Amino acid sequence: MKFADDIVNTVTRIILPFIMLFGFYLIFQVHLSPGGGFSGGTVIGSGFVLFSLSFGISVQEKKLSHRTSALLESYGGLLYIFLGLLGVLTGYNFLTNNPVFPLGKPGNLFSSGLVLIVNIGLGIKVASTIITLFDSLGGEDLE
Amino acid sequence: MKQTIAIFLLVLIGIGLLNIISEMPKFGEKGNPAQNEIYERYTEKSQKETGSLNMVSAIITDYRAFDTLGEATVLFATIAAIYATLMSAVAHKKRDNNRNKKHGDDQ
Repeated sequence: MKFADDIVNTVTRIILPFIMLFGFYLIFQVHLSPGGGFSGGTVIGSGFVLFSLSFGISVQEKKLSHRTSALLESYGGLLYIFLGLLGVLTGYNFLTNNPVFPLGKPGNLFSSGLVLIVNIGLGIKVASTIITLFDSLGGEDLE
Repeated sequence: MKQTIAIFLLVLIGIGLLNIISEMPKFGEKGNPAQNEIYERYTEKSQKETGSLNMVSAIITDYRAFDTLGEATVLFATIAAIYATLMSAVAHKKRDNNRNKKHGDDQ
């Protein structure tokens, strides 16, 4: 499954780093500006879809294998639940933010404890969901 | 005849729904049920309580984090269902191919 098209290939080669950077920006600036795990993960996943559309799914398989994305999909969700259980283990409610995670100074990049970490987990999960979905829809030539 | 009954029922349902909408509180009016103490708590205290300047992400991943966990579970269920459906089809195809090959060898 591949576009044999020079325009798509060239444009993808130029624009793909910016797509990935924008996706990571959306995830890591979640507590400072609009964005979040869902939107950022979707952008990163779409970047991978564009990559495998223009260079072929077997090239994408070398960068991020089918099995790895399926594993990331599960561990993103497990990270979320684990962070929630940390609150229970230290004697607070499920998914507690303030006493369990240090809040930091509002406005800094590394602040707001649970909000940032949970959104990273969500971003991993959403991105790998889209990649796994695309791979399993168009990946019959994988094995 | 069937069509007439269907249209009549649809018009009836539509009138009922429009009646319900006309009973709803006006948008943005003071004293609406949505304007309670919750939004005051969010607008005044969310930065202090969560350390997040973005109020929307403070709500969805701190105050309503359990809700978002459900959302992530929906994603997981979707991908599990797609995987089960499509990958079983691929496995069937592979098995059929293998069987055909074997059969060909026998002949």
